[in-house]
Amino acid sequence: MRRFILIAVPYLWLVALFLIPFVIVLKISLSDVALARPPYMPQLDFAAGWSGLVSFFAELDFDNFWFLTTDDLYWKAYLSSLQIALVSTVLTLIVGYPIAYAMARAAPEWRPTLLMLVILPFWTSFLIRVYAWMGILANEGLLNQFLLWLGVINTPLTILNTNTAVYIGIVYTYLPFMILPIYSALERMDDSLLEAAEDLGCSRLSAFWLVTIPLSKNGIIAGCFLVFIPVIGEFVIPSLLGGSGTLMIGKVLWEEFFSNRDWPVASAVAVILLLILVIPIILFQRNEQKQREAEG
Amino acid sequence: MRRFSWFNATALSLGFAFLYIPMIILVVYSFNASKLVTVWAGFSTQWYGELIRNEEFLNAAWVTIKVAVMSSTIATVLGTMAAYVLVRAGRFSGRTLFSGMIYAPLVMPEVITGLSLLLLFIGIGLDRGVLTIVLAHTTFSMCYVSVVVSSRLVSFDQSLEEAALDLGCSAFDAFRLVTLPIIAPAVISGWLLAFTLSLDDLVIASFTTGPSATTLPIKIFSAVRLGVSPEINALSTIMIAIVTVGVITASLITKQAAVRQARDERMAERPA
Repeated sequence: MRRFILIAVPYLWLVALFLIPFVIVLKISLSDVALARPPYMPQLDFAAGWSGLVSFFAELDFDNFWFLTTDDLYWKAYLSSLQIALVSTVLTLIVGYPIAYAMARAAPEWRPTLLMLVILPFWTSFLIRVYAWMGILANEGLLNQFLLWLGVINTPLTILNTNTAVYIGIVYTYLPFMILPIYSALERMDDSLLEAAEDLGCSRLSAFWLVTIPLSKNGIIAGCFLVFIPVIGEFVIPSLLGGSGTLMIGKVLWEEFFSNRDWPVASAVAVILLLILVIPIILFQRNEQKQREAEG
Repeated sequence: MRRFSWFNATALSLGFAFLYIPMIILVVYSFNASKLVTVWAGFSTQWYGELIRNEEFLNAAWVTIKVAVMSSTIATVLGTMAAYVLVRAGRFSGRTLFSGMIYAPLVMPEVITGLSLLLLFIGIGLDRGVLTIVLAHTTFSMCYVSVVVSSRLVSFDQSLEEAALDLGCSAFDAFRLVTLPIIAPAVISGWLLAFTLSLDDLVIASFTTGPSATTLPIKIFSAVRLGVSPEINALSTIMIAIVTVGVITASLITKQAAVRQARDERMAERPA
């Protein structure tokens, strides 16, 4: 009995507040917009019994998904989300790997402090960290003031409200997610392997490519997924740092819902976003499982 | 001997400069006398004064803290239960679905979680406000709690629990007297994680709130959309200070606990 309650309480909670909402999104994505409250139809009419159920399903259709393919905006937004996520994952890896590498090479008594310095920004509000860049990247912002003072440029660069600002924001906020898994892979590495490689005639650089990189492969893969997956649905960064030209699907969904009040189309956008995410999520899970098996 | 070269030193200093300079600038400019956030006009604390007098921000802060305390507490209870089920309950029908539902919210885009919960709340006619935000936050943060707690449950020695049962403890007492103290650090860090996730959340709260409840992130977001403002800098500085003090204190406490535990273990091993 006690075991039953232990399982049932969290189970029912998740079914009610995670699974059912999801089914509702799926259902509304197949409905039509209506000038009513709630603004979609058909409504499921339980009072009408079986015939109500039949007519309800008869009225569902794929019109919203069809609509998504006819309007350029949507597939462009999907493609540009994928592109932004891909480029920023690579950028984060390039910035994050040397930091993780240097942390793993630091003296053991320093490592807990360095680790805390990486984790600390992660606990600080995401919104505030994105906001911090608005004052730096603006036309009259500190970066432009600094570059003008150095004499590198003569006229201020336009960075804020462009895709460049979005990339900077993503690399900045997601950097800890890249550093931590790579660091934990590198930290476990056995140094004598590097010495062996060098004894056998490897140069330092080729020992790095042939030994260090392959041994940190799992950390790299985990870090890349931890950046790539959430960035695809990102909303805050493109809406604060991006411009009108920055198309990302999270932002489109938000505007479809809050500005256009088109719930069925917003739901259809959500369903497709999820379908896009399924593949990287499955690959990520498989990588994690492989790693667990390798350790256990 | 590990090599620590100039390359590593450069990587670390550039990396941490990148991570910290934006926040340091934010803090410094919150003490700027000028209304223009990018022009330095002398030291002043006037924006903190204006912040304290700003009722809207104070109300939003209060709502945010209420939501965070309630949702993280419920999430800790539910998440610990879920972790226990995942690690200890063995097989039961629907186990795959259960573990799927625990892991899926961790990778679900916030816009989708927010949208789906809003549609649910409207569907069942629940008035949107503090309650609906608490329900939403509890749901996604309980998953984080259960991941943190289950990793601790996996690593601990189950024979301790069996010993307590052999010595006559009821299953509940064995949990309360043996298991809970051992997993307590994980439960506490799970609570802290849930608390910060709730404090931080903009997207899900925006979807699930109604006109009666505005949280701080929602307030900040709508202010920030209009541009940089010194008041927001002051508010950010306060939040950064709280988090920094909290994280450093927590890490000192866990460090002390680890030292104490190591000493106790040494004492226990010493022959009498």
